[in-house]
Amino acid sequence: MENEKHHIVPYKVYIYILLALVTMTFMSIGITKINLGEYSVLGAMIFATLKSILVLSWFMHLKFDQPFLRIMVGFVVLVFFAVIFITFLDYYFR
Amino acid sequence: MEHVAQHSDPHYDQEASKLGMWLFIFTELLLFGGLFIVYAIYRFLNPEAFQMAGHELNLTIGAINTVILLVSSMTIAMSTSALQKKNKGLTVLLLEITVMLALIFLINKYFEWGVKFDHGIWPGSEHLLNDMGHGEVLFFGLYFVMTGLHALHIVIGMIIIIVALNKVQKGTVHADRPSLLENAGLYWHLVDLIWIFLFPLFYLIH
Repeated sequence: MENEKHHIVPYKVYIYILLALVTMTFMSIGITKINLGEYSVLGAMIFATLKSILVLSWFMHLKFDQPFLRIMVGFVVLVFFAVIFITFLDYYFR
Repeated sequence: MEHVAQHSDPHYDQEASKLGMWLFIFTELLLFGGLFIVYAIYRFLNPEAFQMAGHELNLTIGAINTVILLVSSMTIAMSTSALQKKNKGLTVLLLEITVMLALIFLINKYFEWGVKFDHGIWPGSEHLLNDMGHGEVLFFGLYFVMTGLHALHIVIGMIIIIVALNKVQKGTVHADRPSLLENAGLYWHLVDLIWIFLFPLFYLIH
């Protein structure tokens, strides 16, 4: 952001984000009610990921913070997925 | 040397305190991340048992608690905006609502766990060990540890919010010094973030 002064998010924006989050919660419940087998877990996790992106960027203010914070968060997420990937490699090929 | 006239402002760096809070949040994310990996592996190894056990959980309470946490996340986010707009009354009100919502979440959790205890399900219970399979024991073990650790974070979050609330009222946290409130908010959103993943993984198994 150009101005050093803090960016103030209007209340209205937070209400929109909340509505989006609640809608996605009910959509994730809906998608698991339909029998999609393997894909229902995937669907629920996609909604959870979208919700967490909204929380991180708006509620946790990352959207308005300095880029290095976003890079660090991204790095932590990457490390987490790398550990999951390596652990599952082990379990798949035992 | 007692009366050296020097101007001493306590050092205050908003960016640094935010960075410090984020570093702490990373350790929290990886703590829960480790538990999520344990969950993923055991679910991968016991898919049917996890599905059966997942049906035991009350989806309605889970969904209500999700909405409660999401709303409380919004109210604390709004309170930061209210502080920046120098609206002290609204800041305090929004923080009080956040604490109330956190309390309602815990009360729901109390009843939810209570029902499980009535059914003889708790870590190491006779019913769990004698009548249920290996996978169910793992599922309920993870359920109690992960939601329990999350509930502990709710309690700690409430304490931090109450401290921030008092300081806002006293005037030590204000528009030019908002870090404590901002960091309390970050912590509370972290609690929300973890629940966003706990909910589908435990309550939405079908």
